[in-house]
Amino acid sequence: MSNETILIDDYVVNVTGLNKSFGSNHVLRGIDLHVQRGEVVCIIGPSGSGKSTLLRCVNMLEKPTGGSIVVLGRELTHIDCDIDEARTKIGMVFQQFNLFPHMTALENIAVAQRKVLGRSKAEAEMKGLQLLGRVGLTEKADAYPGQLSGGQQQRVAIARALAMDPDVMLFDEATSALDPELVGDVLNVMKNLAEEGMTMLVVTHEMGFASNVATRVVFMDGGVIVEEGPPSQVIAAPKEERTQSFLSSVLNH
Amino acid sequence: MALSKRQRAKYTRYAIYVLSVVAIVAMALLVDWTRLSNAMFKWEIVKKQFPDILTGAAKNTVIFTILGFAGGLSFGLLFALMRLSTIRPYRWLAATYIEIFRGIPLLVTLLALGFGIPIATGWNWPNPYLQGAIPLALVASAYMAETIRAGIEAVPKGQMEAARSLGMSYPRAMITIVIPQALRIIIPPLTNEFVLLIKDTSLISVLGVTQATKDLARFGRDGVNSTANATPLIVAGLVYLAMTLPLTQLVAYMERRAKAAGK
Repeated sequence: MSNETILIDDYVVNVTGLNKSFGSNHVLRGIDLHVQRGEVVCIIGPSGSGKSTLLRCVNMLEKPTGGSIVVLGRELTHIDCDIDEARTKIGMVFQQFNLFPHMTALENIAVAQRKVLGRSKAEAEMKGLQLLGRVGLTEKADAYPGQLSGGQQQRVAIARALAMDPDVMLFDEATSALDPELVGDVLNVMKNLAEEGMTMLVVTHEMGFASNVATRVVFMDGGVIVEEGPPSQVIAAPKEERTQSFLSSVLNH
Repeated sequence: MALSKRQRAKYTRYAIYVLSVVAIVAMALLVDWTRLSNAMFKWEIVKKQFPDILTGAAKNTVIFTILGFAGGLSFGLLFALMRLSTIRPYRWLAATYIEIFRGIPLLVTLLALGFGIPIATGWNWPNPYLQGAIPLALVASAYMAETIRAGIEAVPKGQMEAARSLGMSYPRAMITIVIPQALRIIIPPLTNEFVLLIKDTSLISVLGVTQATKDLARFGRDGVNSTANATPLIVAGLVYLAMTLPLTQLVAYMERRAKAAGK
């Protein structure tokens, strides 16, 4: 086996030369990001820096204007790519949860298993109950999203994404819409997931989580990656001036 | 004595009340009630309308309405999805269709399709119900397409994104996630469309009808001709009200409930 094959096998996400514009607004200006299996990459930066757009490009919710995105060896930016099939291996958790309000928690977790993976109802619900247990919400299986707190909804949303047995999970400001006292439960679920070895890309404002859980921190500003490295370097001892001023504005208040 | 603005408004209101009551009483005294009720609500004629008005005419009105609604809903959904499509020719086609059928009076569409096509092509409608219901459904679908489109657009974008992120295709996500939520939003306006359709079926009789396919309005009109009395039309109007009032009340109830739930 050549070195190159090993490289491709080891990397879950390969973003190369990524550009994205919304009309005349150039949001991403040449992003290179390579994530290995088992890494937890936290993407931080001021609002408008393009970090959410970058994450949404990784599963093609936003179509890149340039560059390539390879996830699990599939080139998503290639015209012939079956994006639906590729997405089953990429879990996504949204800031606004986006649970399906007309379905119970358990149905939310079961629906894609059945309609996309073709699992039986019994199989999908068994998996669903097991995942609800994992996020500590077994007793809420029959509750509708409207009957759950924000933190509970977000944990169901994580379980829903995990039900597809993804190889990588994307978290788009998963705790930003939550009341402060509910943030901890969701972060704990994410931390456990990281400890079990899940590959994760996490856009977050939680510097504590980034310091303690991330294997790598990426600081973005103005559509480019300004600085990246282990949290002990990027958060504790940032080299770039922009990183320093961002961190001092988030941490000192 | 100078009156404040509020007092002046109050006295004006009282004066209007008094004048209205006087006018109503005067009318009640002046009108020849016997003559009026003989001409417009003669009991023997009322009795003669039944049971045919229910077993024949009202039944036909319901058949036309249901055929028109079912066809309108199916085509309306199709055109709504085309309107929302990313493929431009689909959007143009749907927009053109909607504008044409909303812009032409139903009466003209009925005559053009019901009479015009057979005259122009020599092809005849195989069924008198379809001859009336299909033009009705085509017009209804144009209105319903806009209602359904608004309903689909009212479902938050995140729902589609979440469904797609789980690997669902666009049609699968539409069917399983978006349309069920959109339907809930549009049940009250769709019920209103249903009420409009009940009333619009009265135009179908311009196509000429057999005894068996007479709708309520035609039944009333024929009754007026044969009795030289307005009673049959009044009865037909009451039967229309018996169908439409429960539905409009239902819509009002659903809207109150939705408003309360939204708070």
